[in-house]
Amino acid sequence: MTNTLKHTDFYDNEGKPAWKAWLTTTDHKRIGLLYFYSLTVFFLVGVLLGLMMRFELISPGKDLVEAQTYNGLFTLHGVIMIFLFVIPGIPAVFGNLTLPLLLGARDVAFPKLNLLSWYLYIGGAVLALSTLLVGDGPPDTGWTFYAPYSVKTGTNVSMAVLAAFILGFSSILTGLNFLTTIHRMRCHGMTWFRMPLFAWALYATSWIQLLATPVVGITLLMIVVERWLGIGLFDPVLGGDPVLYQHLFWIYSHPAVYIMILPGMGVISEIIPTFSRRRIFGYKAIAYASLAIAFIGYFVWGHHMFTSGMSGPARIIFSILTFLVAIPSAIKVFNWLATMYNGSIDHKPPMLYALGFIFLFLVGGLSGLVVGALATDVHLHDTYFVVGHFHYVMFGGTGFAFFAALHYWFPKIFGKMYNLKHATRAFWLLFTGFNILYFPMLVVGIMGMPRRYYDYLPQFQVPNVISTIGSWITTAGLIYMIVVIVKGIRHGEKASSNPWNGLTLDWQTDSPPTKENFDAIPTVTERPYEYK
Amino acid sequence: MSTNNTVSENHSTAVNHEHRDDAGRKMGMWLFLFTELLLFGGLFLVYSIYRFMNPADFSNGSHHLDVFMGALNTMVLITSSLTVALSITAIQKGNAKLALRMLAVTILLAIFFLVNKYFEWGHKIHYDLYPGTDLFKALPSGEGLFYVLYYFMTGLHMIHVIVGAVILVFMGKYISDGSINSSNYTLLENGGLYWHLVDLIWIFLFPLLYLIH
Ligand code: HEM
Repeated sequence: MTNTLKHTDFYDNEGKPAWKAWLTTTDHKRIGLLYFYSLTVFFLVGVLLGLMMRFELISPGKDLVEAQTYNGLFTLHGVIMIFLFVIPGIPAVFGNLTLPLLLGARDVAFPKLNLLSWYLYIGGAVLALSTLLVGDGPPDTGWTFYAPYSVKTGTNVSMAVLAAFILGFSSILTGLNFLTTIHRMRCHGMTWFRMPLFAWALYATSWIQLLATPVVGITLLMIVVERWLGIGLFDPVLGGDPVLYQHLFWIYSHPAVYIMILPGMGVISEIIPTFSRRRIFGYKAIAYASLAIAFIGYFVWGHHMFTSGMSGPARIIFSILTFLVAIPSAIKVFNWLATMYNGSIDHKPPMLYALGFIFLFLVGGLSGLVVGALATDVHLHDTYFVVGHFHYVMFGGTGFAFFAALHYWFPKIFGKMYNLKHATRAFWLLFTGFNILYFPMLVVGIMGMPRRYYDYLPQFQVPNVISTIGSWITTAGLIYMIVVIVKGIRHGEKASSNPWNGLTLDWQTDSPPTKENFDAIPTVTERPYEYK
Repeated sequence: MSTNNTVSENHSTAVNHEHRDDAGRKMGMWLFLFTELLLFGGLFLVYSIYRFMNPADFSNGSHHLDVFMGALNTMVLITSSLTVALSITAIQKGNAKLALRMLAVTILLAIFFLVNKYFEWGHKIHYDLYPGTDLFKALPSGEGLFYVLYYFMTGLHMIHVIVGAVILVFMGKYISDGSINSSNYTLLENGGLYWHLVDLIWIFLFPLLYLIH
């Protein structure tokens, strides 16, 4: 690119002290990085708690921790992974880093609000983690805070719930910001159907964030009020209805699982065409599928409650609706496969993670159909099958998409390149470890082992030992990947502005981009992904 | 699909970070109002379900609310919605003084609402009608739920009234220092929109709690 403007990238502090320049920044790329580093820390804390659980489960009986400690472990692990990692996850980090670049804009619509979202996120995170240290110990309800136990237990539930409320607010503001950005700030010529698919995915996600989060917000407030005032909103002894709590909770929390997965699918839709050198197959189908998933996702919450006491017809309807969600998800998978067909596929790390995503998401999605079907779910509900299922979707799906995005946009953000060979090896280690960790959970769940216990019957030991060994391999893979990334940030070779030969606008500007992203706002004349 | 004609020419000027997009700002506000509606929507849902489960208790409970006070507050809020709208029209016509006056009236009405609410709650609390007392525990469970929801919904609404009034105070400050003026008044419009929302929610709360027996 030729230009006459002064050429400093967005890392330039413009004479301010670094801490000040970062903590008061309104630049979407810097805010994205703030999210990136804080998310990574919380993710690692979550992994540590997971490792402790797996270690406890290496043999029946007590190995490492007491039963009550274990209850705290899985609750905090769940709260951290859900509210601090997967829900903000890809939108907060990679949405912030790339959305304005993808749209050809200089920033998001409300840069200051964007910074506020980050502060709310940190505030919520600190509150959530401090439940460990203050009061009567970490909450022991599971991340779902089911009433009436959550209003009766003496542990620090109120704080954790307030944390979730604040994090929800942060998520709402990010969604609001992205929606306005996408509506108002696309560059010249970028019609809706010339938008990159990641932007489409963020668009659908933002609507869910906006429309579902307030409902859980008010529900969690009700839990807090109920605990403080000793009133009976959900406690059956005082006239409340605990099943109503479950309804309200899942009215948000099921759409929330699409907050987790849709952005991941968006990332994959960017990577697959770039590394197959092919135009994406079924652009519009993928875009509409995002909206369809977001829409249908609102009507399936009941499938978490097949065993909680709902009428027969309600259960059957929820089961059928659940199967409907599989359709747009499958549309996407088939479109990705069709895109790769006859393409010249390049197995660079981002593509490997994308392929890993497709495989693991397939296992997660198909096991989802098993628990989505009423008859089988009655047997599998609250067993390790469910634990295996959601790790395949959330960790294998969203987690791997997160890593894919990291490896894909790394040269753009840092202006450098990580070591491709080592990144590839890290992928294989992580992928192998992942399956050793979670596949046995599916098996032991079918055998009948219930979730959320620190102990189990002796006949479940073999799969549990395999799974625990898998957790060590997974962790080794994660550490390997982190080392590769950190080395890349520090000593990586300088990357060109478009190392993967991508066609979307993010690749048409400098790496790292300048503060203003583009010297002149670009004009778009065709769809993205027109590879020849 | 429509081509993208919404990008204003501000974007194309080379290094102009602080562009202004009034429609975008208003869109953001509307989206935020959606989330507020859904927040109260959750409460309305809980209210309707518990009302359906305990119709007689809810009816008893609502008989004890003071319809006159409620109606008075409804009038007050509706009037305040008018005055805030007048304030916006005034600034559009360039009359900052009138705009400020109308805002002041709005804020006074908000304070009136709060004082009225204070007496209403105070009256009940005086008679021990609040969660935790022996009287309250002796109530039928449905009636207890009714009062819990009464305090919760009107309390949350009250917080919104306070927030709305504070926002309007800031609007007043911006009008007096000239940053809100006849060519740049989206901020005031957004503040007004928030105030209308506060009003609108009350218009639903009033019949739900006071009028339906
Ligand atoms: C090395 C990484 C991980 C390990 C070893 C691990 C291990 C575990 C184990 C053993 C449980 C089951 C606890 C029980 O039911 O007794 C669990 C629960 C859970 N995990 Fe993980 N996990 C890991 C990563 C993740 C990730 C990346 C996510 C999300 C993106 C996640 C989300 C959850 C959730 C939501 C629960 C349910 C908590 C509850 O029951 O309330 N985990 N994890």
